[in-house]
Amino acid sequence: MSEPRVLRIPDMALVVLVGASGSGKSTFARTHFAPTQVLSSDAFRAMVADDENDQSATTAAFEALHVVAGKRLAAGRITVVDATSVQREARVPLVALAREHDVLPVAIVLDVPEAVCRQRNEARTDRTFGPHVIRRQRGELHRSLRALAKEGFRRVHVLRSVEEVDAARIEIEPLLNDRRTETGPFDVIGDVHGCRGELEDLLTTLGYDLVRDEEGRAVGAHHPAGRRAVFVGDLVDRGPDTPGVLRLVMGMVAGGDALCVCGNHEQKLVRALSGRTVQVTHGLAESLSQLSGQSEEFRAAVREFCDGLVSHYVLDGGRLVVAHAGLPERFHRRASGRVRSLALYGDTTGETDEYGLPVRYPWANDYRGAATVLYGHTPTPQVEWVNGTMCLDTGVVFGGKLTALRYPEREVVAVVAQQVWYEPKRPLAPPPAARAPARAPDVLDIADVTGKRMIATAHHGTITVRAEQAAAALEVMSRFAVDPRWLLYLPPTMAPTATSTRDGLLEHPAEAFAGFRAAGVPLVVCEEKHMGSRAVVLVCRDDAVGAQRFGMPGPGTVVTRTGRPFFPPALTAQLLERVLAAVTAAGLWDELDTGWLLLDAELLPWSAKAGGLIRDQYAAVGAAAGAALSASGAALAAAAARGIDVADLMAGMTARAAGATAFREAYRRYCWPTDGLAGVQLAPFQVLAAEGATFHTRAHDWHLAVADRLHEAGTELFRRTASLVVDTTDEASVAAGTTWWEDLTGAGGEGMVVKPLANLTREGRRLVQPGVKVRGPEYLRLIYGPEYAAPANLERLRGRGLGVKRALALREYALGLEALERLAAGEPLWRVHECVFAVLALESEPVDPRL
Amino acid sequence: MLTTTAEPATDLGYLLHKHPDRAQAFPVAAGTAHVFYPRADQEECTAALLLDVDPVALVKGGATTGFTLGQYVNDRPYVAGSLLAVALGSVFSSAMKGRCAARPELAARLIPLSVRIPTLPCRDGRELVERLFTPLGWRVVADPVPLDPQFPGWGDSRYLDTTLTGEMRLADALSHLYVLLPVLDGSKHYWVGQDEVDKLLRAGAGWLAAHPERTLISRRYLAHQRPYVRTALERLADADDTDVAELDDALAEPVVTAVPERPEPLAVQRRHSVLGVLKELGARRVLDLGCGNGALLRELIADRELTEIVGIDVSASAIEAAARALQLDRMAERQRERITLRQSALTYTDQTLAGYDAAVLMEVIEHVDESRLPALEHAVFAAARPAAVVVTTPNVEHNVRFDSLEAGRMRHSDHRFEWTRAQFREWSEAVAARHGYTVGFRPVGPDDPDVGPPTQLAVFEREQAPEGGR
Repeated sequence: MSEPRVLRIPDMALVVLVGASGSGKSTFARTHFAPTQVLSSDAFRAMVADDENDQSATTAAFEALHVVAGKRLAAGRITVVDATSVQREARVPLVALAREHDVLPVAIVLDVPEAVCRQRNEARTDRTFGPHVIRRQRGELHRSLRALAKEGFRRVHVLRSVEEVDAARIEIEPLLNDRRTETGPFDVIGDVHGCRGELEDLLTTLGYDLVRDEEGRAVGAHHPAGRRAVFVGDLVDRGPDTPGVLRLVMGMVAGGDALCVCGNHEQKLVRALSGRTVQVTHGLAESLSQLSGQSEEFRAAVREFCDGLVSHYVLDGGRLVVAHAGLPERFHRRASGRVRSLALYGDTTGETDEYGLPVRYPWANDYRGAATVLYGHTPTPQVEWVNGTMCLDTGVVFGGKLTALRYPEREVVAVVAQQVWYEPKRPLAPPPAARAPARAPDVLDIADVTGKRMIATAHHGTITVRAEQAAAALEVMSRFAVDPRWLLYLPPTMAPTATSTRDGLLEHPAEAFAGFRAAGVPLVVCEEKHMGSRAVVLVCRDDAVGAQRFGMPGPGTVVTRTGRPFFPPALTAQLLERVLAAVTAAGLWDELDTGWLLLDAELLPWSAKAGGLIRDQYAAVGAAAGAALSASGAALAAAAARGIDVADLMAGMTARAAGATAFREAYRRYCWPTDGLAGVQLAPFQVLAAEGATFHTRAHDWHLAVADRLHEAGTELFRRTASLVVDTTDEASVAAGTTWWEDLTGAGGEGMVVKPLANLTREGRRLVQPGVKVRGPEYLRLIYGPEYAAPANLERLRGRGLGVKRALALREYALGLEALERLAAGEPLWRVHECVFAVLALESEPVDPRL
Repeated sequence: MLTTTAEPATDLGYLLHKHPDRAQAFPVAAGTAHVFYPRADQEECTAALLLDVDPVALVKGGATTGFTLGQYVNDRPYVAGSLLAVALGSVFSSAMKGRCAARPELAARLIPLSVRIPTLPCRDGRELVERLFTPLGWRVVADPVPLDPQFPGWGDSRYLDTTLTGEMRLADALSHLYVLLPVLDGSKHYWVGQDEVDKLLRAGAGWLAAHPERTLISRRYLAHQRPYVRTALERLADADDTDVAELDDALAEPVVTAVPERPEPLAVQRRHSVLGVLKELGARRVLDLGCGNGALLRELIADRELTEIVGIDVSASAIEAAARALQLDRMAERQRERITLRQSALTYTDQTLAGYDAAVLMEVIEHVDESRLPALEHAVFAAARPAAVVVTTPNVEHNVRFDSLEAGRMRHSDHRFEWTRAQFREWSEAVAARHGYTVGFRPVGPDDPDVGPPTQLAVFEREQAPEGGR
C-alpha cells in the first residue's frame, strides 16, 4: 500500500481523466466524485445511440458531452470528464471549454500497466476490441504526458500504478480569489500611486493606528476595531514615494490588516524588476528610480509581493468584489488569463480618444449582478454608484483625492491631494461618457424587462411575470409612459369588498369590516374615494435635486396608474410648482430630511384624465339610451292608446328609462370643466417615499395628517380626504362606519376604501389586503351599466369571483413596495424599474375590469 | 318603426306576417324582440320593432377576448346596429324574402314607405348614411343626437335620429336595413364565418353588386375579415362581370401615415427611397426598427443583396401581423433564415441589435415623445451603433399642401411631433456630432420649392474609428 496521495483540485475546475480503456477511470470517478459531476463518454454514447460501445456515435456523444459540460461550468460546478482522452485532439476542446468558462483545467492521468487494462477489459462481455487497442492507447498516453502542461492543464496529477490510484485522495481547494468567508468590515481604498502622505492621512482618518519603524517609516497600520483595508491596486508609479507606500501596504498585508489586489502598474513593475524589457512610461520611471535607492532585499520583497497579488477578491459571502479595473459578474470567482487581464486592464472599445488613450468600455452600465463591485483604474472627479459598482480612483496623484469606501456602511471617506504630483495626460474631468445624452448608469436594457421574469420581493416571495405580460407592458411603457427615471412607482390594483347579498346592493361595508376582523385586523381606517383618477406625484425641491438624484433636470412628474402624464409638460410644471409650495409651507422637506417626495393621490375631476372615455363611452351610452327609450316610450304610448296590451312592456321601459337617467346623473357628478389647472384638485392619501425612506409601516393616520397639512398649505389645489377609524370588533363602531358610508354614497359618492389602520399588515406569514373598496350603488351604474340594479341583473352579478383580483392586488402591492424599498436603498434604476414594469405587466392580466 | 301610407295601410300586417292589433314577442339571440303597431288604420300603418336586449346576458354570452370596461357599459341595448339587424332578419324573415301568401301582388309592388330609426349609430356621420341609402332610392333625414344636453360643449354623439322615405318593395327595404345597419354601426358583435358571406350575398341580391359603395359595404359587413372579404368579392365580381383585381385594389392595407391625398404613392416612394439608400450604402445586414406590419420588410426580403434582415417593433401584435403578412411560416428555409422578427423597444438598449450594416427608422421617431428621443438616440447610435442609420419623418412644412388636413393638425393621431426641415436637420446634426456619424439629407416625394417635400430623409454614416494612438 502506497502513501495516501492527495490530489488538489481547484474549485470549479474541469477535471479530465486520462487513461487507456480498462485503466479504472470510471471506478476512480465513482469513488471520488458525485455521479452528477461525472460526464462519461460511454454514458453519452448510450444516450444518443442506445449503446455505450457504438463507436459510430462517438462524434455526437462528445458534442452532447461538451454542451452539458459547458452548462455545468457556466454555473461554476466541478465537472469530471470520463473518457480515454489519450489523444491530444480529444483534450484540446476540453481545455478550450474550460477557458471559455474561465475555470482551471486539471488532468488526472491513470497510468496502470497494460496487463491490468487488458484483464479488466476481458472480464467485460461488451468490450470486443483487441489488446492492440490498449497498447496503442497507452502509447499515445505516454507520448502525451509531457505535453499536458503545455496544452494548458494547470495541474497534472499522474498516478503510476494500481496502488497509487487506489490510495489517491481528492481535495477541493478554494481559488486564491475566493475569500468569501471574510466578512469585514472593510475600508476599500482607491488607487494610491505612490502618494504615501495622503495614504497615511486617509488611514488615520479611517481610524487606523500607524505602526512606524525606528526610522519613523510607516510599516503597518492596525484598526482598533479590527477593520481591514482592501487596496484596489495601483499602489505604485507616478507619485513621490512608491517605496513608502509599498512598505506600509506590505506591512499591513503581512500583518493581516489589509488585502490587496493587483493593478496593472504592479504587473508591469514586476516585469521591470524581473529584468524583462518594458516601456518605461506612465510613471514607471519614478518607481524604478525611487526603488533603486532601496536595498536589494527590499526590492526582492517588493517583487515577491507584487508577483503574488491576485487579480480580484470575492469577499463577504460573495456580496463584495474588489478588482482593479472592475469585473463583470460572469467572471467573479473565476480564474483564467482573460479574467486576470480584464481585472487588471478592463475592457476597451478598441477605439482611442483624442489624447491617444484607449477608450474604456463602460462595463458598469451593463452590470446587473447582485455583488457590490469596487474598483479603480480610471480616474474620475467624483465617485458615484453605477448599478451597484463604484470606481474609487479619484486621481490623488493628479491632484485629486484619495478615496475609501467603508463597507458595509457604504460611506465615502476621502482626503485631498497635497499637490499635483503628476500631470495627467487627459484632463480629470469630464469623462467622455458625460457627452452622451442619456446619463450612462441609467441606461435600461431590454433584457431588464422582457421575457419571463422572477422578481424576489421582500414581502410576498418571488413574483413571476409571464413573457406575454411583459410583452404587453413593453408597448405601453415605451410609447406612452414618462421617462423611467421619473417613473419610480405604479400603484397596485385594489380588490372590492366581498359581494353583499343585501337588497339592491352589490357592495356594502359589512363584508369589508368582517373580512378584516377575520384576518385579525381590529382597527381599520375608512377613507373617502373622490372619484378622481389615481395619480402618482413626484416632486423635487428644485431642479438640481431632479438632476442629481434622478438624472432628470426638472421639477418631477404627475402620472396616471399606467405611467402616462396627466398633462402636457408646461401644465405639469405649473401643477408641481403648487405642490412644491405646499410641501415647503408644510415643512415636509426638513421633517422628512429629503429633497424629493413621492405621493400617492387622486387627481380630480375624473374628466381631466378620462374626458375622452366619458364622452365616447358614458355620455354616448346615456345619449343612446335617452333617445332610444324616449322613442320607444312614445311608440308604446300610441299603441296603448289604440287599446293594445303593452302594459308590461311599458313598465319595463319606464324602469329602464329611470336607470338611464340615474346613469347620466352618476357620471355628470364627476365631470366639471377645467381650464388649464383651474378646477384641478389633488387629494393625496399616502406618502410613498422620500430620500432613503419608505413609509408603508407608518399608520394611515400619520399619512392622512400629512395630507391634511398639505390641504391647509394649499387649499385650492389640495382636497382633504375624509376618514373614519373603525374598530371591527366593536358593533357600535362598525355601525358608525356603515352610517358613514351610507352618508357618503347616499349623495351619489363613489364610496370608500377600507385599509388596516397600521398600514402594512400580515396575518401570520401572509400579507393582508392593503385595502378594499366599497363602492356606492349609484357609482356602480358606471361600472355595471344603467340597468345593473334590476333585481334579476343584480342576482346574476353577485356570482362575480374575487379570488383572481385579490391575488393580483397582493402581488402588485408587493411589487410596488419592492420598488419603493429598492429606491430608498439607493439601488440602481434597473432594479427599481424591473418592479415598476412588473406592476404594469401584471395589469395586462385578464381580470374582470369591473372589480 | 316602419310606416306605409299605401291604402289600405293595414295590409302592412299581411306583408309583415304580424297582426296589427296584437303585441307579439319573439325570442331572439340578444334578448326579446317585440312587434306592435302604434298606428294602424286605412291611411297609415306603423309597425314598431322593439328589441329588448339583455345586457348581462350580452356580456356572458359574448366573446371573452377583450377585457375592457366598454364591454359592459355599452350602447348595444339602445342602438339600431347589428343586433337589431339580426332581430329584423329573424322576426320578418318571410317578409324579407318577399313572400306573402295573402297578398302576393302587394309584396311585389312598390309602396310608399317610411322608416324611423331613433338611434342609428354611425361614426362617419350623416354623409355616409346618405351615400349608402340614397343610391337605393331612399331620401334621408338624419339629425344627430347631442351627447349630453348638460354639457353642450361635448357636441353631438355618433347617433343619428334617422328617417328614410321612399317607394319600394317591402322586401327590398328590409334587406337594405338588414345589410346596412351593421355596416353603419361598424362593430359586429358575432363571429363572421363563411355563412355570413352567404347571408350578405343573399340579402344583397339584386342591389349590392350595382351599389357604388359595394366594396365598403362588403368589407364593413364582414368586419374586416380579409379572407372572407376576398371570397365575397370574388363572387361579387363574378356576378358583376368585373375583374376581381379591380375590386380588390381598394383592399390595400391602410397606410399608417394617413397623408390625405394619394397616400399610397408617398408610402411607396418612401420605401423606394430607403431601399435606394441601402443599396448605395452596400448594406447587407439590415435592421428595420419599428417595422410595423412589415411593408418595408417585404421589399427588403425581395432584395437578394441583403443577407440578414431584422424587423423590430414595440408592438407584439404588429410583429405577429408582419409574420402573417410575410407568410413566414410558409417561406422556404433559405429565405426564412434571412429574416428575424422580434419585439423590442427603442427606449431600451438591446445588445442583440449591435453590429449591423444599417438600421432603418422609417416614420418612427415622430411616434416617440420628444422627451424620450435621447433614449432612442442612445439605443440606436450608442448601443446598436450600426454603420449607417436611415431616418425618415414627415416634413410639417408640407402639411399646408394637403387640402383635407385641417391647419395645425398632424398627419396621424399618434404623431407626437412633426418637424420642419430645420428642426430635423438640427436634431440630426446634433445626434451625428455626439456619436461620431456624418449626416446627409434627401427629399422624398415632390420637392416643393416653398415648403419642401412631404417626407424628409436623413442618412447617417458612422465615421471610421480614428487611427489608434501610439
